[in-house]
Amino acid sequence: MLEETVIQRVLGTALRTGGDFAEIFVEDRRSSSAHYDDGKVEELTSGRDRGAGVRVVVGDTTGYAHTADLSETGLRAAAEAASGVARGGDGGVRVVALERQHATAPYEPTVLSEDVDKSRKVELLARADDAARSAGMAVTQVSAGYGDSRRRTLVANSDGLLATGDVVRTRFGVSTVAQGDTGMQTGYEGVGRTMGFEMFDDVDVEGIARTSADRAIAKLAARPAPSGLLPVVIGAGRGAVLFHEACGHGFEADAIEKQASVYHGRVGEVVASPQVTLVDDGTMGRQWGAYAIDDEGRPAHRNVLIDEGVLTDYMWDLLRSRKAGRLSSGNGRRQSYHHLPMVRMTNTYLLAGEEDPAELVRQTPRGVYVAHLGGGQVNTATGDFVFGMTEAYLIEDGEVTEPLRDANLIGNGPEVLANIDAVANDFAMAEGGGTCGKWGQSVPVGMGQPTLRITGVTVGGTAA
Amino acid sequence: MTEELLDLASRVAASARAGEEVEAYVARGQDTEIVVYDGGIESLSSATSEGVGIRVVVDHRQGFAYAGSLDDEVVAETLEEARDNAGFGSPDEHLGLASPDGVAPVDLDLWRPELADLTTDRKVEMALELEKRVKASDPRIRTVHSADYGDAMVEAAVATNTGIAASHRRSSCYVSVYALAGDGDETQTGGGYSVGRSPDDLDIDEAADDAVERATRLLGARKPASARLPVVLDTRITTTLLRVLSGTLSGEAVLKGRSLFANRVGEQVAVPGLTLVDDPTNPDAYGAAAYDSEGLACRRNALISEGRLQGFLYNTYAGRRAGVPSTASAVRGGFKSPPGVGCRALSLEPGAMSQEEILAEVGEGLLVQEVTGVHSGVNPISGDFSVGAEGLMIRGGALAEPVRELTIASTVQRMLLDVVAVGNDLEWLPGAAAGVTIAIAEMSMGGA
Repeated sequence: MLEETVIQRVLGTALRTGGDFAEIFVEDRRSSSAHYDDGKVEELTSGRDRGAGVRVVVGDTTGYAHTADLSETGLRAAAEAASGVARGGDGGVRVVALERQHATAPYEPTVLSEDVDKSRKVELLARADDAARSAGMAVTQVSAGYGDSRRRTLVANSDGLLATGDVVRTRFGVSTVAQGDTGMQTGYEGVGRTMGFEMFDDVDVEGIARTSADRAIAKLAARPAPSGLLPVVIGAGRGAVLFHEACGHGFEADAIEKQASVYHGRVGEVVASPQVTLVDDGTMGRQWGAYAIDDEGRPAHRNVLIDEGVLTDYMWDLLRSRKAGRLSSGNGRRQSYHHLPMVRMTNTYLLAGEEDPAELVRQTPRGVYVAHLGGGQVNTATGDFVFGMTEAYLIEDGEVTEPLRDANLIGNGPEVLANIDAVANDFAMAEGGGTCGKWGQSVPVGMGQPTLRITGVTVGGTAA
Repeated sequence: MTEELLDLASRVAASARAGEEVEAYVARGQDTEIVVYDGGIESLSSATSEGVGIRVVVDHRQGFAYAGSLDDEVVAETLEEARDNAGFGSPDEHLGLASPDGVAPVDLDLWRPELADLTTDRKVEMALELEKRVKASDPRIRTVHSADYGDAMVEAAVATNTGIAASHRRSSCYVSVYALAGDGDETQTGGGYSVGRSPDDLDIDEAADDAVERATRLLGARKPASARLPVVLDTRITTTLLRVLSGTLSGEAVLKGRSLFANRVGEQVAVPGLTLVDDPTNPDAYGAAAYDSEGLACRRNALISEGRLQGFLYNTYAGRRAGVPSTASAVRGGFKSPPGVGCRALSLEPGAMSQEEILAEVGEGLLVQEVTGVHSGVNPISGDFSVGAEGLMIRGGALAEPVRELTIASTVQRMLLDVVAVGNDLEWLPGAAAGVTIAIAEMSMGGA
């Protein structure tokens, strides 16, 4: 993407006023999307974003500047702007010797979007629309979306690192509206993977559309969710948003550093029930949060966060790990070259337990069974977090009974982790292709989990 | 500068071929963001960015493409890509670009050139000052997670070969702070901010006091018992509710069967005391704008008057489909997306009572100061409303003990009919809606 001599001169400019560390991050992102709504292809969109960001660190201070101008003049101007934070001294002329790092891509896509005729993308959407509308008379509206992106990155820094990344992602999703006597209800189902168009070789487009429609139709007969503390069984897959919020964000080293996490100072301690072993793994090929290198040039890792209930480690980026005198865990990510990197999750999942998932429901006299979750949100400093249920049922006398309307659930991270009393053997990754937002930046994250039970969580419905 | 962008947009529009309608939206911005922590600069980011979004309508089909660059070559490629994309859209006779409708734009002065002259040192000082004031104000403040200063100067132009040529520029700046209160055993958090168009508008004391009050008054908060009770929404929370409402008042959502207000124009959808207006021509509104994203002059649109639904918001496409003129409500998320329909300056008509008077009137209930999970627990299509919340109980007409880790739930439809008071404390907050205290007769509080 850039010649090594240019990179060296840009890093030299960045260090000229005495910075301790300098880095250049170059990104070239191409994307395309198609949106089908109301029985029509609304439009196809193509996008191109290309630029670079230069970061200079001096002491605890970071300077950052980014530009869409990839000429040497443009990059050196950004380097000068970023180096403005380091004006204590004269850094002199420093030439960084770069060493190219090789990281193995977790998965090599076989069919790139640019080689696929646009009409094939549109055809998938039309098939989904048709399948969702055929799912029942109650379906009144369908929208289907397709999107792909190819993001090529280059990272070089004054430690001599030079690494490149190339990540291809594809996603597909269907939203359905159904109408009945009780008003309108909605359903969603989707798939997102770090793959090319070959993803559709084993994705059942019609199946996704039907699941979306069935979800909306089922809720037409739903009653309001209960209000108050109840046992909750969460089905395998998407339920992992629970861990993403209950502890994932609280394990990010930037929150830890500022003592803005309830998990601060707790490495080596029991933070969850012994049935909980939690992993964050950026190397899982094809999964939505996978990559070869993070946005600081560090290879992705498989990091065990909780081992049988004991907190083993946090997640780290470059800045936080430098201060702690250790290596980054490969969790330094950014939305785009417009942003500074921060600690982010990749694919976060709970390992399977031994119990029979059906037994978890049978042993629950009264509670809520959550089959599909929406998003969530956490305050890492207090540990309070919410997550939304978009397909849920009442459990009565050990059986899944009536469907419930959408609601949030609220809990406190450490309390909920301690109250997980059963983990089943039916591990599954979520297919949805989630987006995680933090301090204004969005990145793709994956998650997975077997069926599990929490002895008590507050369900935010309106029924007694 | 802005003329230069309009020239570029006009040149792209003028390159339309026979039978084509072409729209170019061109934007350029400059921004700074400073984060301070523990008396020093944690990060200082500065950048300029620019980009173009091009829409082509040909044979009643639409295509769109964007690029984060204004290089001639890239712009030409983007136009070609939009053209190519149009070939794959479904034909729809209502597709088409805006054309001038005779409404004159209001003269809004949203640009403060002095912002460009503010030195980086001064910006850093403001953030440091904010951090210092928060720390000094109350011994229960344990730490300040971050204090920020940010600003942006944005210019944009839109032109079509159907007669549209509009441009605007705006400056904005803010300070914000996020404080942690309590000792090692308990932590509560609170945020405060101040926004404006120029640094003179920023009120550091107000931002500091807000963060300190919000964090410290939650100390000792517990999970309450579940109950049904009256709920008072603090100004910021009302903004959140209005944002949810704005989606249901989009003419596009109505046409596509996604609005719970479809077919209800003229009906009583809220209490008689409730009047809701979207007025981007109000210079006090944070989202004030002379033109919408398709280049039509913004205007005042009444949505709910004395509880009766008056109508919906439309962009050009939705208006043509509904057989009504555009209400100049085209909005877009920058140059990367084609225009949709949305509000810019939504506000409830304020009432006569202060928040204190509303609390006294309510007597027993809950004041909500923070909500979470709006994206995961509010369904604007079904109307189901369920969010995580923290706040203070109202007892004997005054604020009492703090509560946390609870939910409040109802439906959007019910809440509008249950509004028993609108405060006199209207304030324009960042985003597309104004804040004001409101009281709702009854909601479900989920707790222990």
